[in-house]
Formats: sequence, C-alpha cells, structure tokens
Amino acid sequence: MRMTPALAASGISKSFRAVQALNDVSIELHHGRVTALLGDNGAGKSTLVKCLAGIYQPDAGSIFVQGTEHRINSSRHARELGIETVHQALSVIDPLDVAENLFLNREQTRGGRLGARIGLLDKRRMREECAATLSGLDIRIPSLRRSVGSLSGGQRQAVAIGRAVAWGQKIVLLDEPAAALGVEQTQRVLDLIANMRDQGVAVLLITHNMDRVLAVCDQAVVLYQGRKCAEVDVPDVTKDDLVSFITGARGTG
Amino acid sequence: MTRRSIHGKASTGLPSPVEAWIDRYKHDGGLRRFVVYFAFALILVTFSIILHDDGFLSSSNLLNIGRQAAPIAVMAVGMAFALAAREIDLSVGSVVALSSLVAAEMVGNYGFLIGVLVALAASVLVGLVNGLITVKVRIPSFLVTLGMLGIISGIARNWNDLQSLPIRNDRFSGLFGAGGLGPVSSLLIWIIVVGGLGHFALHHLRWGRHVLSTGADRDAANAVGINTARVKISALVASATAAGFAGVLLAGRLSIGRHDLGEDYLLTVIAAVVIGGTNLFGGRASVIGAVTGALIMAMLNNGLILMGLEVADQRIARGVIIILAVALSMREAKES
Repeated sequence: MRMTPALAASGISKSFRAVQALNDVSIELHHGRVTALLGDNGAGKSTLVKCLAGIYQPDAGSIFVQGTEHRINSSRHARELGIETVHQALSVIDPLDVAENLFLNREQTRGGRLGARIGLLDKRRMREECAATLSGLDIRIPSLRRSVGSLSGGQRQAVAIGRAVAWGQKIVLLDEPAAALGVEQTQRVLDLIANMRDQGVAVLLITHNMDRVLAVCDQAVVLYQGRKCAEVDVPDVTKDDLVSFITGARGTG
Repeated sequence: MTRRSIHGKASTGLPSPVEAWIDRYKHDGGLRRFVVYFAFALILVTFSIILHDDGFLSSSNLLNIGRQAAPIAVMAVGMAFALAAREIDLSVGSVVALSSLVAAEMVGNYGFLIGVLVALAASVLVGLVNGLITVKVRIPSFLVTLGMLGIISGIARNWNDLQSLPIRNDRFSGLFGAGGLGPVSSLLIWIIVVGGLGHFALHHLRWGRHVLSTGADRDAANAVGINTARVKISALVASATAAGFAGVLLAGRLSIGRHDLGEDYLLTVIAAVVIGGTNLFGGRASVIGAVTGALIMAMLNNGLILMGLEVADQRIARGVIIILAVALSMREAKES
C-alpha cells in the first residue's frame, strides 16, 4: 500500500477569460520522489504550478496537502503548508549575503522579546545554521558573507533551492531551475535535486529537457493543451515516448 | 551515490572574519565601496593646501563645516532609506521648514521636549501621507513628494506671514545647536548619533534588510512574504522624520523657526547620498557613506566660499557635482 501523497491535486481547472488553461488535471507528488511536469509551451505547466503555489486560485478541483484538503489562497499560505516554489526568475536578493537570503523574512533575532520585536538580527546564529543547512545539501559557497549578486548562476540557484529545503519544506516546486545555467552547473542542480529526494522531499520539476527527466525523475506527468495526456513511471519509457506525449502524438489516458 | 558539491573550490565550515572580509573585498565591489572616503580625503588635503592662507584648516572653520553638514547629514541618512527602497522623497526641504516652525511654536509654550516631539510627529505624518499615497494610489513617489513639497512649503509660508518665529529656550538651543559637550558641538554629536542609528538599522535590524530587499527586487521580496508596501511607506516615513529632525537642529542653531529653512537642501542631500554609494534606483545603500557625502558637500561649499565664488557660481558647481555623481552611480549600476 502506498503512503499518503505529500501533495495531491484532483480535477484542477482554470481559465483566463475565454482560454481554458487547465482542464480537469490531477497530479500526485510523493515524499522521496521527483515528478517531472512536462508539456509544450502553453500546455499549462506554469499555471498548474501557480495553482499549487497559491498564486492562482483554481476554478474547480481540490488540493490535498498531506491528506488534508486546503484552499491555498496565497503564496504565504502555501509556504505555511510546507510548499516552497523556486521560480524560473530567481527569487534571491542580490545585495544581501547568502545567510541573509536563506533567512529572508524568517530572520533569527537575539535580545529576547524586545530583540524579536524590533527585529535585532542574530547574524552569527543565522550564518552557523546556514552553513549547516548548505553542507547538509552538499552546497558549497565560497563565503556566506558574500552578496548573492557576486555569485555564479549555479550558486545563486543553489541558494534559492537551499532556502526551500532549509525551512523543512517537504514539497518543493521547481520551475525550470536550470534554464539559465551551463552544463556543469546544471549537473550540480540535478545532484541537488537528488539530495532533496534522498531527504524525503517531494519534488515537482518543470523542464523542457528530456535528459534531465531521465536522469533524475521517478515519474512524469505530461500536459497537452491544458489536459493531462500521460502519467508514466520514468524507468518504463524512452525519450522518444516522452516527446511523442508532449507533441500530442499519443497519450496514455 | 557520489555527491558532488555545487562549488568546487571551497573551504569547509565558516571562514574567519578576516578571510570573509578579504573575500568580500575581492569579489564584492572591492575598492569601489571606498571611493567616497578617498574622495573625502582628497578634497580635504586639496583644500588644506590651496586654501591654507584662508584658514581652511583652522579649528573654527572645521567646526563650521561640521555645523553646516549636520542637517544635511541627518537628512541624507533618511534619504538613504528612501532610495534603498527604490523611492525618492523630494519633500524633505519643506519638512525641515515645517518642523522648525512647529518646534518654535511649541517650545515657547510647552517646553523643549514637547516641542521636539510634536515637530517630529508632524514630520512622521507627512511621511505617512507620502507613503500611503505612493503605495495605495500607485503614484510614483517623486510626483507625490513633489506635490507634498508645494503643499508643505505653502503651509510654512502662511504660518507666520513669512516672518521668522523666535525660540527663546536655552536648553533647546543648547541641545540642538549652540551648545555641546566641552569643545565638541552638539551638532557633531547628533551627526554621530543619527548616523550610528541609521547604520545599525540598515545592517542589524530586520527592517533594514527588508528595505534593501524591497528596493533591490520587489517581486522577490513579495515572494518570500515581505509586506513591501508597508516597507516602502516606512522608508518614506524614515526620510521625513530625519528631515524633521534636521529642522529641529536648524531651529536650535539659529534659535528661530522660518518658512525657508532647508529650502535649497534637496539637491545637496541627494548628491551626498549618491556620492556616498547609495544607488539612486534602489537596492544598494550606505548610511556611513551618506554621512561622509554630507561632509564632502559641506566641505565643498565652505571651500568654494573661501575661494571667493559667488552664490550663483556655487550653485553651478554644485549642479555639476551632482550630475557627475549620478552618472557614476548609474554606470556602476549597469556594470553590476
């Protein structure tokens, strides 16, 4: 018998005026598994992620987090439920250093209740916890005091992903995390995804790159014109199979 | 499985503060961060040599520069927060006048403490209105505060029919301008206090980090749940409050409240902040740089006067300096 899915969405529909972006889509994410979300441009991938992340409200359908139904009404709400999204456009703040980014809006304070009230930062503790979190994920950054703007694209992406995991988030949605990265850095982000999976995180990965799917994903969900056209276990399929699902040449259901 | 690191060459654990500092210096702006301090030293040395016979280095003249710089420095600290949040406050000059008039009105009747508090409260109110209109009605702050500049300076002119209001309160004048601790003018102490508070707030309070984040990338700041609207309002309140305190300092030094105090400070303040390394378009700020920038502007002003430049020529020189500083600031923004 299977465990309760970390995140389950069923019958999600969403339209924007006359355009039906999502039509009765269901998806399940499991702890310790990486799910690929595939589809051509405009197939509804980003819309689905935004519904799961609380940015859009679906017109129909229900979302279950750890088995309990929730109406996720904001990205803050999604985060409270343990869902973290790493968007295609990086959400790191360039002038802040690595530790400050990791703890942004979840800062640790010192000086007791007064310190917490005025927001007196405990920088040393944040740096120590940041170092522990990053090394747990095998992310190495030259200096935690360096501003994120001075890091490479891969390192910045690693900080963004590290932030999602640092907060004990059990569900991480990644929107093309390697879109702007080189070969070497892409490989490292893929390793990072594998590390998250090993720690029991449920990962959803949006990508256009089939090699990445085959390398790191356990299952794949394919959208075609707003509908789910295939749901497969990755070891059972080939690259050509995936491509034919995406182009709508065939589907499993 | 084999685990690979995100970055190949790396030290394990936390580097020592010295190592971290050197690393930051090499990769994070380096010398550029210290340009304003070199400029300060350069101008100081240059004027000391060419204006030696005019008494530039005399202690009374240096003290004079410090006194002139005080209101500019205080306003620059506040403006640094407004710019860091990617807003701008053009109403600061009029707030100086308003605050001086309120202080003059209140100090005589209710004592200096109430006088100062009410003057600051009035300034906070102006900043709050600036911020609320900017954020809620979504009008760019340069337009909102430009309108506010007109409104407040109009109120200041009507206040006492363009006449100055005298302040006869020794404790007020002593604390905010005329007096001091031994040979150190109270104005210099206020520069240090306000500069120190601003630096502390920017680097060691959650609020300062949120102001910087909001100005650097508002969408990203929103995405982590920061209430960026409230942050922007608070930054404009900080700027107005600082201007209000500058008004108190001017009222203290001159023992009057008047409608035209601070009237032509705006450009000088913005120049001081931008020279000090704060980005005119948000996301980078330095409070100590802003204070140093204010000292530079006061030094230039003083030097130009000692050189015998007319008021008109001083204005031209200041305008040229501002454009140069902003040009430098924009070039840096493109590079990074």
